Parts: sequence; C-alpha cells; structure tokens
Amino acid sequence: MKVHPLAWAALVALCAAVIGLQALQSREQPLGLPAGVSTNLLYVRSPGFARHAALSFHALAADLYWIRTVQHYGGTKLSTDVNKQYDILYPLLDLTTSLDPYFDVAYKFGSVFLAEEYPSGAGRPDQAIAILKKGLQAQPDKWELAQELGFVYYWWLADYDDAAMWFNRAADMTKAPDWLRPLAAVTLAQGGNRTSSRTLWTEIARSADADWLRDQATFRLKQLDAMDGIDFVESIVERYRARTGTLPSSWTDLIRAGFLRGVPPDPAGTPFVLDPSTGTVTLDPASSLNPLPNREHPL
Amino acid sequence: MRVIGHVAVNVFKESVRDKILYNLVVFAVLLISASYLIGELTAGQDVKIIKDLGLASISLFGLLIAIFIGIGLVWKEVEKRSIYTLLAKPMRRQEFLLGKYCGLALTLVINVAVMTLAFYAVLAYMQAETPDNIRAAWPAPATDPAMLKAVALIVLELLLVTAIALFFSTFSSPFLSAMLTMAVWVIGHFNQDLRDYGATISSPVAAAVARGVYYVVPNFAAFDVKLQAVHAQPIALRYLALTSLYGVIYVALVLLAAVIIFSRRDFK
Repeated sequence: MKVHPLAWAALVALCAAVIGLQALQSREQPLGLPAGVSTNLLYVRSPGFARHAALSFHALAADLYWIRTVQHYGGTKLSTDVNKQYDILYPLLDLTTSLDPYFDVAYKFGSVFLAEEYPSGAGRPDQAIAILKKGLQAQPDKWELAQELGFVYYWWLADYDDAAMWFNRAADMTKAPDWLRPLAAVTLAQGGNRTSSRTLWTEIARSADADWLRDQATFRLKQLDAMDGIDFVESIVERYRARTGTLPSSWTDLIRAGFLRGVPPDPAGTPFVLDPSTGTVTLDPASSLNPLPNREHPL
Repeated sequence: MRVIGHVAVNVFKESVRDKILYNLVVFAVLLISASYLIGELTAGQDVKIIKDLGLASISLFGLLIAIFIGIGLVWKEVEKRSIYTLLAKPMRRQEFLLGKYCGLALTLVINVAVMTLAFYAVLAYMQAETPDNIRAAWPAPATDPAMLKAVALIVLELLLVTAIALFFSTFSSPFLSAMLTMAVWVIGHFNQDLRDYGATISSPVAAAVARGVYYVVPNFAAFDVKLQAVHAQPIALRYLALTSLYGVIYVALVLLAAVIIFSRRDFK
C-alpha cells in the first residue's frame, strides 16, 4: 500500500515539533529540589542483591557502576555547588567491587577519590581504608593494595606507625618491589619527612597506570621541590642578614649583594614571595603549587 | 546420521535466510563504537571493559538466538503443517528433532566463532594503540588466549539452553516455551542459594526440597568464568573438564527427554 504524502509530512512535522519542544524545555529553569537535598540517586544499594540481579553479567554490571563512580566523582569535583556531596561514592565503589572483586583499579582509584580532602574528594580516609581492606580480603597477596593502605595512613591520617606496618606487609607479599621495605623503615624512623614523601611519590609516579595519578604524583613532587627551594632561599636570606645585620627589603637587595642572579621561581615557574618584615619566603598566591603541605596537610 | 545432517544444514540455511546472522553486525558495531567511546569514561579501564562487554555480548546474543530460535524449531513446522510432510518421509522423529538441534547448534557455534574473531580483532587494535607503560600494568595482554576458556563454556551453556528451549517447544506454545526456558536459565543462576536454603529455614522438608531442586535444575552459574578470564585468574583444567562433562551429559539428558515426548506426540 502506498503511503500518502501527507503522512510523511505529518511524520516530519511531528519529529520537528518533538525536537523543538525538547530544545525549548531545556532552556527552562529546572524545577529543582530544596538546597541540601542530594540529587544523587542509587536505586540498588545492596551488593548481595546486585550480585543476584546481575545473573551471569557481574563484570559488565561492575563496569557500569565503575563508569558511574567516575562520573559521580568527576562531576561532583568539577561542580561549583557549595553543597556538593560525594554521598554515593562509597556505595558505588562497594557495589563495583562486590560485583567484580578483582577490579583492582576500583580499589586503588576509589581509595584516592574517597581519601582526598573535601571539596576535591570525599574527605573520608576511613572509607578509603575500608574499601582497600575489602580488596585485600578478596586478594590477600595484592601488594599494591597494602601499599595504598599505607599511603592513606601516611598522607591523609599522618599515622606513621600504621603506615609503616602496611608498607611492611606489602613488602612481605609476593612480587612486592624492593623499595617498599626501606620505605617502611624510613616512615617508621622519620615519618612525615620529605625524604620518605619523595620516595613514596616517586614510586607512585613511576608505577602509576593512569595519567591523572601520574600527574598528581608529579604535582606532589613539585611541591616537595618547592619546599626545598624555599628552605634554600631562606638560608640565603639568613646569610644576607648575617653579613649586613638587616633583612633584605626585596629580591633586589639579594641580587645586588651577589647572593642571587635573579628572582627565584618555584618549580611551576611562578616567582617566590619574600616577606621583608620576617625574611620568610613563600609561594606566590597565584602559584599552581598552592597549598603546600603543612601541619594540617602533612607531607 | 545423514538424515540428521540434512535437517541440520536446512536449519542453518533457514537461519541465514531469516537474517539471524545480522546480529554479528550489531555485535561488531557495539564493540567498535564502545572501544571509541568509553575511553574517556572509565579512568583507563577501556580494555577491561571491552573484554567484559565482548564476552557478555557473545553470551547475551547467543542466549537470545538459542531461546527465540530454539522455541520455534518444532512449533513452526507444526504451525505450517509441514510436519506431516516431513514425518511422512523416511525419517524418524528423533532424527528430525536431533537434526533441528544440531542445525541451531551449528548456527550458534558459527555465530560465536565470528563474534570471537571480531572481539579479538578489536582487542588487538586496542593493544597496538596502547603505549608500552600502560600495557605493562595490565594483568594479561588484551588478546589473552585464556579468554577462550570463557568462550568455550559460553558455547556449552548456549547448547544447553538450546536443548532446554527445544525440549519445551516439543509440548508447549512458543510464548510459554520462551518463558519456561528463561525461567530455568534464571533459576540456574541461583543454585548456590538453593543449596544453602536449608541453613536459613527450620523446616527440614522444605530444605530437602530445595536441595533436591539444586541437584536437578541446571547449574548455569558454573558455566560463567568470564570474570576470572578477564582478570587472568587461574581456571583449573579440572574445573573446565568437569563443567564440560556436566554440560554434555545435561544436554544429552534434555534431548533424550525431548525425543521421548516428541515421539509420543499425536499430530492428528
């Protein structure tokens, strides 16, 4: 049977109307929810139920939850909402790793997403530890997970005893690299110093299997270089004071006195800032290396 | 055997005529487009996800073909009344039924073989495109041949599903056959729960019934080693051999039951 030309025209017109209305609607203000109400929905929260419902497609279901984890973390991190919440991050990771207990990256990256300070991350090192311990239960000989556990204790909790204990446990596992044992010793003896931090971040940068993790390690190493740079320049300021009896009023004084050839830059290329009243050297507030580790953000 | 072969070849030709093999195009498009699209969404897990997606698709496409073609194998001949002509020929009923089964099994095996080739081709491309330092972190190469163990068990699972679909189609309508086959396949993934049921209930009779069902219902969960294959976890040869033997014996059992029912069926 031949289709009437009007039917084709009506089909095209209706299609155009649907698309047009959708475009119009997308310009409208969303109806929204009251402030503080999370819009993050997770229909399934029980790992047991998810495992049953996935039948023989556990790995694929885990991948879907992993993609959602990455989207949730990335979307929330980039969000400018002051009330942004990472409230479904841990349940998503729990589901992912329950469906696929060998999903190493979900444990490793997941712990980073969870431990990172709010608002860059969930600010929940306790949950990062929980997800990594879950990973170690599934794969008791996975040294990378034990090393990550040590890292969470070291970097986010400044608990050097537990950090050293986990580095040592990782070193005991098969295929563990040689550098773990010395790292455990340094952590125990001088926890929180730059040497142990540099060792840790250098190894993370070397072994990272994702660009963003390598970038983060490189960033941390630049921060450590900046701290070394600050110490060095402050020692020059001290030598100037010892020679002249006064603090330099600007970089120019140090250059004229022959202590420096020019204004010293931090490893990101932004010049350091000299405080003439105290002689302390800091990063420029515009430097991309801010904030440097300190008592609140240990090494 | 020759008669079975003739029927089987005809079933295969019919499936080609019915454009069943078009699913291969869908499979290829799905894998290739996914390999392009998911890289940005998965924090570097694209190869793992393509492996999961590929194996799951091989299993799912095969399952749909096994069920929806399997249930129509006998019914179509009855509906078109061509069964009278066929059975009037020098062909026994069991030869007709086994021929139908072997034809669909052939279709499925060819389907899975082509999908597997396409799967490995996409993975080989991804492997070639990945820098050495990223590849070094993989637990196994993208084209790890160990994944063929998972494919082999998928084929066995599909052969069992086909046998079950054919069994139901010998005495019930296509809709009911599809529902029953699907139900058996789903229940077959809950075998572990049936076995452990006794620990959660007080009635010893109910526990014994659940345990009985556990032994009778096909254990489809046993054929699923996709997760282990993707993560390069060891899959013991003994496990493969036992599961394969279980699958072959179960297929023989279901086909024998189907032959018995079909032999006694009155087409008047």
